[in-house]
Amino acid sequence: MRLLRLISARLFGMIVTLLVISLITYAVFVLLPSDPAQLSCGRPCTPERLADARAFMGYDQPWAQQYLAFLGGIVAGRTFGSGAAAVHCAAPCFGYSFRLNDSVTHLILERIPVTFSIAIGAALLWLLIGVAAGVVSAVRRGTAIDRAAMTFSTIGVSAPSYLVGLLGILLFGFTLNMVPVNGYVPLTEDPVGWLWHLVLPWCVLALISAAVYARLTRGQMLEVLGEDYIRTARAKGLRERRVVGRHALRNVLIPVVTVFGLDLGSLLGGAVITERVFSMPGLGALLLDAVGNIDLPLIIGITLFSAFLIILANFLVDLVYGVLDPRVAR
Amino acid sequence: MSTDTHLAPPAPTRPGGQTRRRGARHLWHQLAADRWAAAGAGGVALFLIVAAAAPALCALAGQDPYTYDLDALSDSGAPKGFGGGISGEHWFGVEPMTGRDLFAIVVHGARTSILVGAGATAASLLLGVAVGLTAGFYGGWYDRVVTRIIDVLLGFPYLIFVIALGAIAPTSLPKPLLLVGVLAIFGWPSIARVVRSQTLALKQRTFVVASVALGAGGWNLLVRQLLPNLTATIIVYATITIPSMIGAEAALSFLGVGVPPPTPAWGRSIGDAIGWVQTDPMFLVFPGGALFFATLAFNLLGDGLRDAFDPKTRGVRR
Repeated sequence: MRLLRLISARLFGMIVTLLVISLITYAVFVLLPSDPAQLSCGRPCTPERLADARAFMGYDQPWAQQYLAFLGGIVAGRTFGSGAAAVHCAAPCFGYSFRLNDSVTHLILERIPVTFSIAIGAALLWLLIGVAAGVVSAVRRGTAIDRAAMTFSTIGVSAPSYLVGLLGILLFGFTLNMVPVNGYVPLTEDPVGWLWHLVLPWCVLALISAAVYARLTRGQMLEVLGEDYIRTARAKGLRERRVVGRHALRNVLIPVVTVFGLDLGSLLGGAVITERVFSMPGLGALLLDAVGNIDLPLIIGITLFSAFLIILANFLVDLVYGVLDPRVAR
Repeated sequence: MSTDTHLAPPAPTRPGGQTRRRGARHLWHQLAADRWAAAGAGGVALFLIVAAAAPALCALAGQDPYTYDLDALSDSGAPKGFGGGISGEHWFGVEPMTGRDLFAIVVHGARTSILVGAGATAASLLLGVAVGLTAGFYGGWYDRVVTRIIDVLLGFPYLIFVIALGAIAPTSLPKPLLLVGVLAIFGWPSIARVVRSQTLALKQRTFVVASVALGAGGWNLLVRQLLPNLTATIIVYATITIPSMIGAEAALSFLGVGVPPPTPAWGRSIGDAIGWVQTDPMFLVFPGGALFFATLAFNLLGDGLRDAFDPKTRGVRR
């Protein structure tokens, strides 16, 4: 029951946040002086054609109305124009790219597997490596392992992922010829090729964030290991493995999960950079193309979609948090 | 920006700057004794000197970052000669396709980095401290709204938003200024959060309670009582925010939505190097190395400062 109340409270908060973010984003982008109708109007662009294009795309309306139409599109889909030329955009419609003649939702869904493959794999890898390295460093405090892990972590924090990625391509791709240097193969087509293309991006993206998590975990672990209940656990004769792995780790993971929730946004950003380094056709590549073409509906759609995604993921992290720390659900 | 370290509130300073001055000297000794922090400080100093003296250094090399030198290139556009065209004339070699001097580009790139990095940091600090301090001090609905905004902004996929915004911002707005503004908008929340939580702790302290009892006004309390006690936190955060801002600018330039050409920027050079990794790796190594070492220097200095201010975290690196 408590958990249910927690979930409904968080759900409500999430919806409010989504509305506020979409409103701000939409306002910022629409109020800026750029005119998608002008761009798609072609040459020569007569005033009548321009007005037609505006009306067709819905840009002749006041922006508040445009925003409502946009929200309506997400819920129920929307139709641009009328008659034979009308274009229907099915729900959930995040807008329609008149440049690519496709719904933004469809364009995003096409690219999502690439970005998700990068992001999820990297996140799993970095949590695993980071927490493990942090725990080992804390338990073996002051030893060579600890020093090595922390030196590596300082270097990792300072190295931009794209730099490490390019050096990785140079070393493992071109020089050692171990992995492909770029591109993406869908999981459904060729699982082995998929894995092979993703190994280097995962490692690059994960190692750098793992450095941050190793430090965080180490610091928390050192703090927790000094607590009374750990002394009690040891005093009652539990094995060190169990003391660290069960009693301490659970409390260490709470701040780690918090930071992870905050990092989801940068994970998506990291995936965008990784896509560029490894020439992978993901969401980031789509966004950069949209930016290059000044495809406003697509730009807005991707931005809002990413914001929605992050907020949804944060909601899930909050729930995990509730499971890890029973005090939260109270 | 995710390295949330919990800084203990600094020791209360007694009125009259004496304690603080001694504190500063003590701090200096601690920094000098920490060899990594000292190395970081040296690196930061070198970086600042290079950025400031960029035109002089280029004059010394007899180069500038804008002049094309097609003679230094082979027919394919790749630099002629060893290591991307390293020679007495071109110390770091030349840029592929254009033959511009890479030394001049890297040295001038330091200027771009520090201008955007320091500008965005200053703006973030100003905003973060002002909001965090007032939210922590006044509390109430204002605090709740601020906390909510911070939570949302911290989780926001800011890189995507910045990419999108950079594309459609009016061209009349200078790009570096836009970058500083946008980076500051997404940079202040993490600072505000720390300042807020420290303010909450400080508010309970006797010297603040006593000031309130003596009838001190809000402004006096904020600026004269609370702010001096937040100095340590602010200095540490400034030092670790600068490299993350430099990194953010470089990432945007890398993606082609940061500082526009022909202004030299490390990130853009690294982005240009993607297609040349195999044929001309030195084109990646020089700007990449500069970015890495500048970031590392700031991070080492920041870690050292944090250790010096907060003995609890000491021993993390040595």
